[in-house]
Amino acid sequence: MIALIDYGAGNLTSVRKALTALGADFATPARPEECARFSAVIVPGVGNFAATSALVGPWRDTIAESVRRGTPLLGICLGMQWLFEGSDEAPEVPGLGVLEGRVTRLRGDAETGLKIPHVGWNALDFRGTGRILAGLGPYPHVYFTHSYAAPVTDACVAATTHGETFAAVVERGNVFGVQFHPEKSSDAGLQIIRNFLDLTRSLSTSARHAEAEC
Amino acid sequence: MLTKRIIACMDVRDGQVVKGVQFQQLRHAGDPAALAERYNVEGIDEVVVLDITATLESRQALARTISAVAHRIFLPLTVGGGIRKEDDAAAAIDAGADKVSLNTAALSNPTLITTLARRYGSQAVIVAIDAKRRGNGFAVYVRSGTSDAARDAVEWAREAESRGAGEILLTSMDRDGTRSGFDCEMTAAVANAVNIPVIASGGAGDLEHFYDVFTHGRADAALAASIFHYDDTSVSELKKYLNARSIPIRMC
Repeated sequence: MIALIDYGAGNLTSVRKALTALGADFATPARPEECARFSAVIVPGVGNFAATSALVGPWRDTIAESVRRGTPLLGICLGMQWLFEGSDEAPEVPGLGVLEGRVTRLRGDAETGLKIPHVGWNALDFRGTGRILAGLGPYPHVYFTHSYAAPVTDACVAATTHGETFAAVVERGNVFGVQFHPEKSSDAGLQIIRNFLDLTRSLSTSARHAEAEC
Repeated sequence: MLTKRIIACMDVRDGQVVKGVQFQQLRHAGDPAALAERYNVEGIDEVVVLDITATLESRQALARTISAVAHRIFLPLTVGGGIRKEDDAAAAIDAGADKVSLNTAALSNPTLITTLARRYGSQAVIVAIDAKRRGNGFAVYVRSGTSDAARDAVEWAREAESRGAGEILLTSMDRDGTRSGFDCEMTAAVANAVNIPVIASGGAGDLEHFYDVFTHGRADAALAASIFHYDDTSVSELKKYLNARSIPIRMC
């Protein structure tokens, strides 16, 4: 069972719909302590980074503890930005900090017609082999809508360029993040969610084995 | 590279897709969910559902239509037509819309743009502008094109952006349904004036019209209805054409 975290940042209807279409078992925990009984966590979100202030405190602590135990975590859009240390959009709000780096505003360019927010379909440029990107052809297009973005670090497995190059997909161990909206990215997006569901099954099996050995 | 978007618009009345010529003479074009699914297979980038009656009864029917469409396609879905207050937008978004398109209500109550942008983010708020050429400018009309708003499209687009709109959907009333091409001059005038994406609408008739509006018109996206509905031009054929002419396009 996957925990879909609802912290009031945007509408979860489309994420729910995609998970349902892929046959995923999920629920929205009302309280942080319920997270412990879930096999994976998805943090969605659209809008201002300040909205993640709803996660500061018990939610953040519980999700951080789940990650330490090896529970797979997927951050979508704002949820991916939250995986980093923080964002210039709301400097006073700390991110989860499981990935190093800060989220910064994309620089547009009125002269060349480079508009911010970055809205629309753009290509993923693979860096290394992301498990979350299994089964996708080269340079798949996915749907973005955001003004802030995370830096390209070791955790980046796919980058996208809109004036500057930023991290579109990150993964490290059991932590995954996508800057775009897989639930709005047609077949390519559904494949990414399907990969996360598959990874959840294999990662939670190995986490259980590791726990049994302790 | 960010691609140019091709958007299919479905004007819906009583749960059925209809399309008029210059805002009148409606013809039926089918079931919205089935049509949306066909577009998805053909590679459409986005879908807009416009409720063209927007009566109280039709609002409930609209929620069912949105939900039916949203369950069949995993693409950005915009809903417009008769969204007058925050609750109307909330109902559309709860039913599965990702964005709402405001037209008359944005002009009569511009604070609604800001209210919705704060609640759902600017990316969820499109301001739709219906305009006609007048002199050297572009006159804005409201109430489905029946009432002169006494505003200029360029100036109103700028204000909408400053109030929190995430995109502008600009329809040429002179060209709507005529298939004589988009109004590139008007589209470029608005696109050059704002820093948010501009969706051009009204007048799509052949493949070259899309090329023109993406180049001369400086549009970020182009919306069409009738040419896709009646099998005259398939979305995949259009995308192949644009790709061959070096327009950045998402190919499936």
